[in-house]
Amino acid sequence: MTKLHVGHIQDIDKKGSRTFLLGETEIALFHLSDGSIHAVENSCPHKKGRLSEGMVCGTAIHCPLHDWKIDLRSGKVQDPDEGCVHTYNTEVDPASGAIYITF
Amino acid sequence: MTTTKKLVLIGNGMAGVWTIEHLLKLAPHAYEITIFGAEPHPNYNRILLSTVLAGGASINDIIINDHDWYRDNHITLYTGDPVIRIDADQRQVISASGLHVDYDEVIIATGSRAFIPPIPGSDKDGVIGFRDIKDCETMIATAQTHRKAAVIGGGLLGLEAARGLLNLGMDVTVIHINEHLMDRQLDLPAGLMLQEQLEAQGMKFLLGKRTVELTGKRRVTGLRFTDGESLDADLVVMAVGIRPNIDVAQSSGLTINRGIVVDDHLHTNIPHISAVGECAEHRGIGYGLVAPLYEQGAVLAKRLAGLDTAGYEGSVTSTKLKVAGVDVFSAGQFADTPQTKSLRMQDDIDSIYKKLVIQDGKLIGAVLFGDTSEGSSLFSLIKSGESIVGREKELLTGYAGGATAVSPLQRLESMADDEIVCGCNGVSKAAIGDAVLQQGCHTMGSLKACTKASASCGGCAPLVEGLLQLYAGDSAQVTVKEGMCGCTSLQRDEIVEQIKTMGLKTVKEVMNVLEWREPEGCSKCRPALNYYLGMLFPAEYEDEKESRFTNERYHANIQKDGTYSVVPRIYGGVTSPADLKKIANVAEKYNVPLVKFTGGQRLDLLGIRKEDLPKIWEELDMPSGHAYGKTLRTVKTCVGNTFCRFGTQDAMAMGIKMEKAYERLTGPAKIKLAVSGCPRNCAEATIKDLGLVAIDGGWELHVGGNGGVKVRAAELLCTVKTEEEVMEWSSAYLQYYREHARFNERTAAWIERVGLDHVKEALADQQTRLELVSRIEETLSYTSDPWKEIIAKDELRKNFEPLHQAPLTGSTTSIY
Repeated sequence: MTKLHVGHIQDIDKKGSRTFLLGETEIALFHLSDGSIHAVENSCPHKKGRLSEGMVCGTAIHCPLHDWKIDLRSGKVQDPDEGCVHTYNTEVDPASGAIYITF
Repeated sequence: MTTTKKLVLIGNGMAGVWTIEHLLKLAPHAYEITIFGAEPHPNYNRILLSTVLAGGASINDIIINDHDWYRDNHITLYTGDPVIRIDADQRQVISASGLHVDYDEVIIATGSRAFIPPIPGSDKDGVIGFRDIKDCETMIATAQTHRKAAVIGGGLLGLEAARGLLNLGMDVTVIHINEHLMDRQLDLPAGLMLQEQLEAQGMKFLLGKRTVELTGKRRVTGLRFTDGESLDADLVVMAVGIRPNIDVAQSSGLTINRGIVVDDHLHTNIPHISAVGECAEHRGIGYGLVAPLYEQGAVLAKRLAGLDTAGYEGSVTSTKLKVAGVDVFSAGQFADTPQTKSLRMQDDIDSIYKKLVIQDGKLIGAVLFGDTSEGSSLFSLIKSGESIVGREKELLTGYAGGATAVSPLQRLESMADDEIVCGCNGVSKAAIGDAVLQQGCHTMGSLKACTKASASCGGCAPLVEGLLQLYAGDSAQVTVKEGMCGCTSLQRDEIVEQIKTMGLKTVKEVMNVLEWREPEGCSKCRPALNYYLGMLFPAEYEDEKESRFTNERYHANIQKDGTYSVVPRIYGGVTSPADLKKIANVAEKYNVPLVKFTGGQRLDLLGIRKEDLPKIWEELDMPSGHAYGKTLRTVKTCVGNTFCRFGTQDAMAMGIKMEKAYERLTGPAKIKLAVSGCPRNCAEATIKDLGLVAIDGGWELHVGGNGGVKVRAAELLCTVKTEEEVMEWSSAYLQYYREHARFNERTAAWIERVGLDHVKEALADQQTRLELVSRIEETLSYTSDPWKEIIAKDELRKNFEPLHQAPLTGSTTSIY
């Protein structure tokens, strides 16, 4: 398993997001109100909207292009739309606030 | 500069904690808060103790704020440790356990305790008050092993205690010193009716009796009265009244009458010490009901938050007895005096009694028994002090003027939608209807959970029950209406009204208080609430960027490939060679793939990468054109009389003036303006939200037009002569739209919905127009250019950059 240091929790505003490139893949990191960090592939299954630009509501992200709603924990698109985005496991070091993704 | 001050609250009850809750909303970080409570529990709803006794709730159910709440709000809580003294010189409070805590401000909210009259024997076991969780627990435990209970006091509190003890299976006798029950609230006929109904429930009464002794050795065994008679009892509940808890105040040198004397701003006589709630005495009155405490708490919170407040001017109170099966209402002054006239109605068959007390043509008091459905409307008449001359009898009988009799259900039906049914929680009739019809609340329990109606004092329960019947009964015929979004069944007007009446100040608070189904809302309601709050409180409200759509967070239009487009502000569409060069240079430097004129005569740079946005804005060094927001977009103009041979007025100057005036103005939806210099209307001003068409010697204002999704020609609002009049009407119209349209509703749809006549009527009065103008000007005075702000602040700018993670093969990568 690979564990990659991608940033610090204070780099991301609450209910906000930041992105980074993993090879060819752009990944969006979201900082939820409960303090948790979630990582998903930054591309809506509908028309490839960049999810990082969307609005964070609870544990869901609303795609900025056509308002598809995607659960950030499971990557599942919410009804009435269908689909799934790839999610990544994240870890936050409680002491330093360093964010890691594992894959 | 902000420094955190130290605030100490003495008393962990409803009044004090309500004040803190309000303060946290108004000024979340202004104080470091410490709370001392004498009881071992977090804050709970004392009013619901009778529900606990009645078996309807457990003690946990009535906790208002649990320990997590204190922790989440960084409040230090000391329970079971009463404060014994305030040292005003050292600015310290000193607790029973010896803690010394510094303060900048201190609030005394120690409430009151049951008054235990000095009757010989009142210190025996089994003699209690009815005041706190401990009393409740004693009653519940006693009911397991003993049978006979006596309650001394036939007032509100005593009857509630008695009802609770009946529910616990005890044999209950109420002893009252006067000839009829609830003599502080009811007159004789109503008191007798109440007694009759309670006797039917199994309660026993000894009226006109004064207790002289409580008998027994260690534990109480009975009562003896002045007339020599006696009564056996294993439990005696003293409910003859309450006394303010003033021990701390006494030992600290505060001025005390019956309670701690406070002024209209809840100041005591010593600076930085305030008092609120039942321990306080305001204008000679100490209140023992919840509504006044909330009103006082709101004033104190505002003052501590540094906001202006008119102060507290006292409360007119009303009482509703929440004893099961009996509907009693009393408000204001119910006793007759030489100055008053009263109307009474007594129906012994259906046990209904009504009394209205009138002085100088105004309603000053009312007593209702058996049917209390009109209580809240009578109460609002008492509070408003309006004249009721000519409709006194109508108010008494509930009959419409001269018409036939109406049933209680019909009366509920005719009640205004915005009338507040539950005064404690500010729940309107409309909110209850909505909960029944939209959220399927068909029981009192679910209705209570959903709206909070009758969840505090419970006095409005009969009314709420009536409404439940009204709405549930008719629900089959009522078309289902949709709420603002899936997170709530409330609609725009209801939400805005609730925000106003309850003074809600953040999106989160609105969602919490109005019981949103999704804790953080969705992409529909969040931007709407953010707009409504900003519109209502332009000075105080801090805009929530995370509740705005992408375009408004990044101040550029997101395009289908994830790039953005940038439109600098060009006032009135009039530019200069220098600005054009600047735009061209930036476009070349950043390889902007497409430059285009927009529909509103502005230049659009398309295909820009997000990370380049701040640099481009910086180099353009022009104001944001707000081409992306629910804001004023552009003011399109024709050439006007500057060059055009037909022009009658200076359209360009007028357009520039308007664009500068309303630049950055937010709205429920985007707002487009245009100015045409003559009736040929080359700027197409009649398909704009607001369009000016110059005529000879004046201007026509056309409103509600749209050239977009649904083409709609504007309608003529008015014709005026001067530029000043143009600005006055334009500002008033735009502000009226801002205040009344639904979020996302363009002016065209809004005017179709409400009608042009409504808008004309609303703006007809100049005084009203000037008030609207001043509100729009206030709003505009708080705006700033978002591009400049982001350029200047690293913490905003960082969001435009991707994270730079360590390389895959770097030292921070570990394989395992």
